[in-house]
Amino acid sequence: MTEIREQDAGGKGVAEVGRSQWWDVWRQFRIHRGALVGMMVFALIMLGVLAGPLVYWNDPQFVPTGRDFIKLRDMRPVYVTLWDTGAKVSWAHPLGTDNLGRDILARLLSGGQVSIAVGLTAMLLSLVIGTVVGVLAGYFQRLDGPLMRLTDLFLALPLLPLLLVAVLLFRAPLSAAFGPEGGIFVLIVTLVGITSWMQTARIVRGDVLALKEREFVLAARSIGTSPPKMILRHVLPNVLSPIMVSATLGIATAIITESALSFLGFGFPPDFPTWGKLLFDAVDRMELYPERVVWPGLAISLTVLSVNYIGDGLRDALDPRIRSH
Amino acid sequence: MLTYTIRRLVLAVPTLLFISLVIFLLLELAPGDPMAQVPLTVPPEVKEKMREALGLGQPVHIRFTKWLHQFFVVEPMVLADSLFGTAFAEGNQRVISWQTRSPVMDIVIQRIPQTLWVVGVAYVVAVLIALPVGIYSAYRQYSIFDQAGTFITMVGFAIPPFFSGVLAIVIFSVQLGWFPSIYNTTHVVNDWDSFLVQLKQMILPVMVLALQITSQLSRFMRASMLDNLGEDYVRTARAKGLSERTVVLVHVLRNSLIPVVTVIALGVPAIFGGAIITEQVFKVNGIGHLLITAIQANDLPMVQTLTFIFAVLIVLFNLVADIIYGILDPRIRYD
Repeated sequence: MTEIREQDAGGKGVAEVGRSQWWDVWRQFRIHRGALVGMMVFALIMLGVLAGPLVYWNDPQFVPTGRDFIKLRDMRPVYVTLWDTGAKVSWAHPLGTDNLGRDILARLLSGGQVSIAVGLTAMLLSLVIGTVVGVLAGYFQRLDGPLMRLTDLFLALPLLPLLLVAVLLFRAPLSAAFGPEGGIFVLIVTLVGITSWMQTARIVRGDVLALKEREFVLAARSIGTSPPKMILRHVLPNVLSPIMVSATLGIATAIITESALSFLGFGFPPDFPTWGKLLFDAVDRMELYPERVVWPGLAISLTVLSVNYIGDGLRDALDPRIRSH
Repeated sequence: MLTYTIRRLVLAVPTLLFISLVIFLLLELAPGDPMAQVPLTVPPEVKEKMREALGLGQPVHIRFTKWLHQFFVVEPMVLADSLFGTAFAEGNQRVISWQTRSPVMDIVIQRIPQTLWVVGVAYVVAVLIALPVGIYSAYRQYSIFDQAGTFITMVGFAIPPFFSGVLAIVIFSVQLGWFPSIYNTTHVVNDWDSFLVQLKQMILPVMVLALQITSQLSRFMRASMLDNLGEDYVRTARAKGLSERTVVLVHVLRNSLIPVVTVIALGVPAIFGGAIITEQVFKVNGIGHLLITAIQANDLPMVQTLTFIFAVLIVLFNLVADIIYGILDPRIRYD
């Protein structure tokens, strides 16, 4: 505590220039070591997944034919030579190739794009639904009862079985409308979005209810601010912190749900890689090629872990009671 | 308390009815046809008869009411018949699976013990590990034990069961060869050796499920203990000269267990959901496995019944959690 104070005194000139709420939050966030490391790992994963395919020389969809097929398939990762000198490895394929000769690292990178895209979009959708429901329920007394009953009802639904059923039902029509990959993307994002907004709605509603009793809201109302203006200018900015925390946790849930669906065989089409799908495809031959299971699983776990740590740090940083100065 | 319980039970009825309606209407949209497997040589009118025999070919609301009647009236009667040897259900139509053409509930009853064994044992193990870990890491906050515990629970959170399960198989059954990777449900326990075999095959699925549950519970236990350790009554208890052991394990623990117990109750239905994946990984043929195969085979009555059973579990344990909370915490009054 004291060191931080001293640092403050030293850097006062700088701090005063850029001192805002978000500057404070960032300073508190930096103190949480886990959150900082989490953010770096997540940034690294994002960078790898987005920029990796541009730099990396192998094409994830390329399937060798003829003699190349025999030569290039079932290659082990290069590190296997450390304990098995006879292993079939090549520096051209650092993590090896699968049973069709496709490069595993390339597939991991492009699979990551899909998994993270699903995570981000589904999180945004659930956040929008959750915030709208929460703000409406908290702000308008008349809507509170019905909307909260709806939330309770959604919480009582057995989600995983329903997700499985829904994927089965809507896969064909949506594939026809948006193409096989686009259709399942829309489907999974929508399903995850509409089944994970309840916690956000509850938290936001609670905060809005508390905010409504505050003086500045009363003041704004006394000068005749209309409800839409009130919500956008006075209520929403003040409930931003719980929304941001549930956003980070939402990414993790969405990525895990998508992987679980892919793992159970209800996800993306067969030759379209996502992390869950890669893991699922590799399970049958994991005795011979454990690396094909481990890498996608590690990618999922690392992403979720880093996102959770970011959420943890954000929660601490955004909570003014914990903030040390 | 009693009136509250009764009111909640009464309120649960419309909720469950609504959920069953939602599930029914969702399945109504399903594209498959149960007659798709019947040979083309079968004439259409015979097919129509077969369809009617399965309870199809009537308007939606009649079929829904019939399903409700079968599930809530006929099935309990069948249960009573098998328990007491009566004959209430004589001649009544039961919920029939399209896959096997046999009553759905019979299959569910066959599958439930496997699920309960694995899930139940995992839950008990997880609670037994999570509570002491949570208590100790709260008592020694920011110690190495606490830091390590927090990290492990974070990892346990982050590793989904389909990865931890597969990883456990790779390590313990492929590389080390200690435990079987497939759960053999036909295994009969009748002596010490077969009991050991049963124990061995349960270790991996239980470990995977327990890791997940432990991470959630111990974090919760720790947070709850931390809340209570800062309270005034703790200082009072220490000032009275009570031993540290009594202060922590009697005064603080009892108060911080209140929310944890409700979380334990709330977690039970979620565990059945999580067990779907674990059962798939270890090939346990419990109800989760049954659900997956039923969905793949387009067996709508089976899917409807199983999903509804999950919903009943959720509503029931929500109620149990609320009641436990009311009993344990005298400050809570539901009047």
